[in-house]
Amino acid sequence: MSHLLEVNDLEVKFGLRLGDLTAINGISFNLNKGERMGLVGESGAGKSVTGFAIINLISKPGFISGGRVMFNGRDLAALSEEAMREIRGNHISMIFQDPMMTLNPVLTIGTQMVETLQAHRSITRSEAEAIALEKLKKVQIPSPEKRLAQYPHEFSGGMRQRIVIAIALITDPEIIIADEPTTALDVTIQAEIMDLLQQLCESEDTGLILITHDLGVVSQVTEKIAVMYAGKIVESGPTERVVNDTKHPYTQGLIKALPGSLQPGARLNQIQGMMPTLTDIPPGCAFNPRCPICEAICRDQEPPFIPVDHLTRMVACHMVKPDPSMGTR
Amino acid sequence: MNRTWQRFKASYLLFSFKQDKTAMLSLAVLLTLLVTGLLAPVFSPYDPYDPANIDIMNSELPPAWTQDGEAAFLLGTDIQGRDLLSTMIYGLRLSILIGCGAVVLQGFLGVVVGLLAGYLGGKIDALLMRIADIQLSFPYLMVAIFISAIFQLAFGIGRYEDLAVPLLIVIIGLAEWPVYARTVRAAVLGEKNKEYVEAARVIGLNRWRIMFRHVLPNTMTSVLVISTIQVANAVMSEAALSFLGLGMPVTKPSLGSLIRSGFEYIFSGSWWITLFPGIFLVLLVLVINLLGDWLRDVLNPKLYKG
Amino acid sequence: MTTERPNPIKSDKNGLLALKQVVKHFDISGGLLDRLRFEKGRLKHQRTTVKAVNNVSFTIAPGETFSVVGESGCGKSTLARTTLGIYPPNSGRILYRGERIDNKNAQQMLPFRRKMQMIFQDPYASLNPRMTVMQTLEEPVVFHNPSISRNQVKDRVAEVMSQVGVDPKWAARYPHEFSGGQRQRISIARALMVDPEFIVADEPVSALDVSIQAQILNLLMDAQDQRGLTYMFITHDLSVVEHISTRVAVMYLGTLCELSPARTLFESPRHPYTQALLSAIPKLGRKKTGHVKLKGEVPTPINLPSGCVFHGRCIYADPRCVEEVPQARTVENMVIVACHAVEEGRI
Repeated sequence: MSHLLEVNDLEVKFGLRLGDLTAINGISFNLNKGERMGLVGESGAGKSVTGFAIINLISKPGFISGGRVMFNGRDLAALSEEAMREIRGNHISMIFQDPMMTLNPVLTIGTQMVETLQAHRSITRSEAEAIALEKLKKVQIPSPEKRLAQYPHEFSGGMRQRIVIAIALITDPEIIIADEPTTALDVTIQAEIMDLLQQLCESEDTGLILITHDLGVVSQVTEKIAVMYAGKIVESGPTERVVNDTKHPYTQGLIKALPGSLQPGARLNQIQGMMPTLTDIPPGCAFNPRCPICEAICRDQEPPFIPVDHLTRMVACHMVKPDPSMGTR
Repeated sequence: MNRTWQRFKASYLLFSFKQDKTAMLSLAVLLTLLVTGLLAPVFSPYDPYDPANIDIMNSELPPAWTQDGEAAFLLGTDIQGRDLLSTMIYGLRLSILIGCGAVVLQGFLGVVVGLLAGYLGGKIDALLMRIADIQLSFPYLMVAIFISAIFQLAFGIGRYEDLAVPLLIVIIGLAEWPVYARTVRAAVLGEKNKEYVEAARVIGLNRWRIMFRHVLPNTMTSVLVISTIQVANAVMSEAALSFLGLGMPVTKPSLGSLIRSGFEYIFSGSWWITLFPGIFLVLLVLVINLLGDWLRDVLNPKLYKG
Repeated sequence: MTTERPNPIKSDKNGLLALKQVVKHFDISGGLLDRLRFEKGRLKHQRTTVKAVNNVSFTIAPGETFSVVGESGCGKSTLARTTLGIYPPNSGRILYRGERIDNKNAQQMLPFRRKMQMIFQDPYASLNPRMTVMQTLEEPVVFHNPSISRNQVKDRVAEVMSQVGVDPKWAARYPHEFSGGQRQRISIARALMVDPEFIVADEPVSALDVSIQAQILNLLMDAQDQRGLTYMFITHDLSVVEHISTRVAVMYLGTLCELSPARTLFESPRHPYTQALLSAIPKLGRKKTGHVKLKGEVPTPINLPSGCVFHGRCIYADPRCVEEVPQARTVENMVIVACHAVEEGRI
């Protein structure tokens, strides 16, 4: 079966005065219909850029410099702006951290929902309003009829994010890309929004790419995970396996650094140093200066991103040996 | 010191300056004008203030390249027989002096008022800003007429010549300080709730020290940007006042008073007395404004990101 | 390395710092014209106040890490700043080692300023961009010890910089030349420069990445072990709170709901709001077990609900909760809860 979305060796560069900087350095992953995937990493890892690259919306001076983004048999990275507009917001929707990036403060949410819909479908206003109402009900907004006529500033942060989700859902997209959708929200509201997102993706059979730095959130909502570091995916696989049987030393470091995993008061296991900036990514494995198990080969050669077991686990690390039952590669 | 220089060499400011041909050309022209004006006695062929150099028989000679021109006076002479080029260079010096002096005065008043209003807030803020509003609602021409009238009554027209420069500085300086006060106040309001200011309060520093040592340096970017525009404005204001006869006297003409003195004879064919000082003035104001635009683009973080 | 932090609460009856019925309201009504309002044909003079902190009392013992948690807008940051005297409280008292500090003037406060310091949330805003690290760090020392020699200051700066893990060679640099984690270290160094006893940390790791967050938390815990510091830790991140706190105070809409030793709080939360809050923490590798859903939305602190501020969202609320403000009571050893339902044994 072919995948709904297939990202192949995607590369994004930023053209700056110092020369081109590579922000995304050849990443590959795929997403099936209705599958929920987490893209995890710290700031600067390139996870948001990946999200924008999928919908071909990299702002200048960035550009896609290589690879393909196959969606329904079409390469999105090569599509014209016009053709892309038909995909964006229609087949693939995006949710941002700040709801006000999506919402226009001077239009009522009803107008915004209707306009989104009419941009992609030829339907009348009343038909569009009916759909908008139905979507608002889906995201559990109380008294949706009244709410349609209100402006974004009349809603709380959590409610705004619900509306953004409703707008993202209004065209029944195949994929939703959610970039840190709950980072700006409080935990109690975060829990509700995440619940809602997961439940909607399940009921509508929508694919989800959840971009976040929060391993806890990802582990609850997604089926598979890709961990990014310095513009590359270093580890991927089924969420439950990646979290419980972590292979890559960076992912291990991240999980151990979480305060929740230890006896209270104990020293946290910190990863030394910090993520390299795009200008000074070290040769070999980008993680090698911070890695506790680094050896000579890690400083010289870039580790290949290879399968390590039968469960679609992939890891890019010289020190991780594939499962013996895999046979020789 | 060395480190500061290193930092400057690697800075975005210098980089974008090198990229911008307009800015480079503007700076070159401005520096030329500044050096020529400030070293007027060195560069000008004659001393226009020295009566010994003035011969009334030489009055209204056209530029040297025209039919009636004389090689001794490159750009011709004015109505009193002074060499126009020399008079212009001395006039340029006066214009620059008054422009910069007025901006220093505006800047000093405006920064202090803006800082106090923005940081202290409350009633002091309301009072100072209302004063600024009132000041701005007076046209500066009216203020100028008013002050110079009082002045000439008090000291007599004879002394006016000597005191014209400081007087103009005060008039133009007083007219425009609210521009600084408003800009600085807005910048202070943005800075004063930042955490580094709270940190200074937690240390126990008093409010004056916080204001002048912590907040003020962080508002200087916007002060710098408006200063360029304000210098250009002040030069224009001075020229306008002089043109109306409220500025520099004809014996010590600034660019504005030269334009005015020539203006009376333009219909009798002596176009050069107005035209050349006019070109000088436009050039000066233009390059200052172009540099100001460039500086604003570079220092504005919003534009920098986009 | 001790895994269990010592519990010093019983050692000092008065505590290091005590807040007694502290109230902080902000007047946001603006100028005179903004305050005038037409209502039923009559001109009314009306003030708008944000009731950020309402009647909060607690005592922090020396050597403990006292955490204040709550969601955005619950008044925890205001409480931090009121405690340090950045905002004067509207009423109530703040005592440091038994001495009242909320009514002192700037001069009288100086000896206390050396004892109480603060660490801020945003590493990009908390350092003055126009001052080098050296200037930032030497300012508090020179200010509080005007007679100190240049060399002593330099030595002190170098010492503290290496303690927080920033190379003293970088003292001549400006903040923008450092990463977020390093800036936070410098910010901590500034607080440590005057050898304080008590540090208020306002969301010190919220703006940092997980791996950097662990470094900073370790640094804070090390500094506490070495110097015997007392922390008041303001945060919304409950897993951080669980890890570092001795006691935890939970705030909702400017009111203290529950105050318990950390372990007790996380094992058996009493207040319905605490229960909802704790159930919402996403835990790694554990599939969701269904969190307590709160009804409605957080009311604004401008119009506080009557009675218990939480009653509109509470599943246990009854008529008494709507009318009567619950008092903070000790329900068992060191567990303080402000809830009628807990008091009546309904929960």
